[in-house]
Amino acid sequence: MTSAPAPVSDTSARLAPPVGLLAELTHRCPLQCPYCSNPLELERAKDELPTDVWQRVFQDAADLGVLQLHLSGGEPAVRTDLEALVAHGAGAGLYTNLITSGVTLNESRLHALRDAGLAHVQISLQDVDAANADRLAHYEGAHAKKLRLAEAVRKTGLALTLNAPIHRHNVMRTADFIDLAVAAGARRLEIAHVQYYGWALANRAALMPTRAQMDESIAIVEEARVRLKGILTIDLVVPDYYAIRPKPCMGGWGRGLITITPSGKAMPCHAAATIPGLLFDNVRDRPLAEIWTSSAAFAQFRGTDWMLEPCRSCDLRERDWGGCRCQALAFTGDARNADPACAKSGWHAAFTAAAAAEASAEPPPFRFRRMAAP
Amino acid sequence: MTAPKRAIIDSASRPRLAPSTMLREDKARGGWIILAPERVFTPDAVAVEVLHLCDGVRNCAEIAQRLAATYEAETDVILADIVPLLQDLADKGVIAA
Ligand code: SF4
Ligand code: SF4
Repeated sequence: MTSAPAPVSDTSARLAPPVGLLAELTHRCPLQCPYCSNPLELERAKDELPTDVWQRVFQDAADLGVLQLHLSGGEPAVRTDLEALVAHGAGAGLYTNLITSGVTLNESRLHALRDAGLAHVQISLQDVDAANADRLAHYEGAHAKKLRLAEAVRKTGLALTLNAPIHRHNVMRTADFIDLAVAAGARRLEIAHVQYYGWALANRAALMPTRAQMDESIAIVEEARVRLKGILTIDLVVPDYYAIRPKPCMGGWGRGLITITPSGKAMPCHAAATIPGLLFDNVRDRPLAEIWTSSAAFAQFRGTDWMLEPCRSCDLRERDWGGCRCQALAFTGDARNADPACAKSGWHAAFTAAAAAEASAEPPPFRFRRMAAP
Repeated sequence: MTAPKRAIIDSASRPRLAPSTMLREDKARGGWIILAPERVFTPDAVAVEVLHLCDGVRNCAEIAQRLAATYEAETDVILADIVPLLQDLADKGVIAA
């Protein structure tokens, strides 16, 4: 943006509106997945935004030009006002999407959510193997509940996506995930290799697959995409530890997405709180439109002016925006560096070697996702 | 449950927007958009016009006739254009038939 030749006095006039709003309604969750992308310091129920503030934020988001609302968490269904929130988001014209672990929702609540205007349900699965799935979620019977909810979603006529976070304990069952998605009547499946933020980063050695395992899972997805054309859309997210170019994290910092934490912090990315010194505005204190154009945290890494070498002079800088700031910080100590997933980064070799070494060693025990004692 | 099948679009298909797909105006950016699970499509003007005629009642041949009357063009030529367009949208899950 800022590298455009024409002089602009007001950059906000040229800033496109965000496409998505990720509302982390709560960090409470009955499951304890060790790959959870939530921060290690989970926010508490007493700090959660009340119904009316969320509703105002959804209306502000729609006015700002947001198209899709993702209701996530934690487990969003632990909020007893979920129906009212869905009704408000859908009423504001937002395409309202529920991202759920699927263990707390029952059929009657699902019907109420559909009637409130919910457009789409995404259920995450830990594994295809029920015993292993329950072990990963640290919740007895979780898998069976998820399958029951998937069936209920299909019956309501709502679109169903299944999400499969992939790691060394289930990567060998990639093909089974695909079969399960077809059998469950899902139209979309995410084969999402774990991204190492939050709890996942703390559990990286316990989760990292080998490169050969990753390559095989990719080949399976590519074959299935051809075979299942028009039946199942498969979105593939690969671990960037084995990549040579980083992902355009969040489509670029402050370019398309706003994440709001349970307590109302507005962030450009759900892991942004790991970067020290960023000043986040709270939606309780500042209108969303103003946060989008002027919040310090959004401005910090927007565009390319903040970049160091090798990104600063790289032709791809407006394609991947230098990758992920949080990963750059975690691995290089400076969030302005290139994402170490990039082969041009001086840290890339060490980054890849760390993954390969962890993947070939015995996995350490999990550190399950839990609230710290108050 | 029977195995799901790919919808094949031909002149007799009666396309409609798939459940959980929304076609609406994008006031903030201008133009029309299709909202689908984790996807936003920006259809061109022709696709928007075709989609507005996809009501699950008209078949593709009838849609082509309507457009032919509007544009004073051959129905067959239009049909040959819209069938692949709708097939592509069906494969993306945007329409059902
Ligand atoms: S990843 Fe697991 S623990 Fe984290 S919010 Fe989702 S279901 Fe809960
Ligand atoms: S050097 Fe920076 S901008 Fe270039 S490809 Fe690598 S991360 Fe992207």
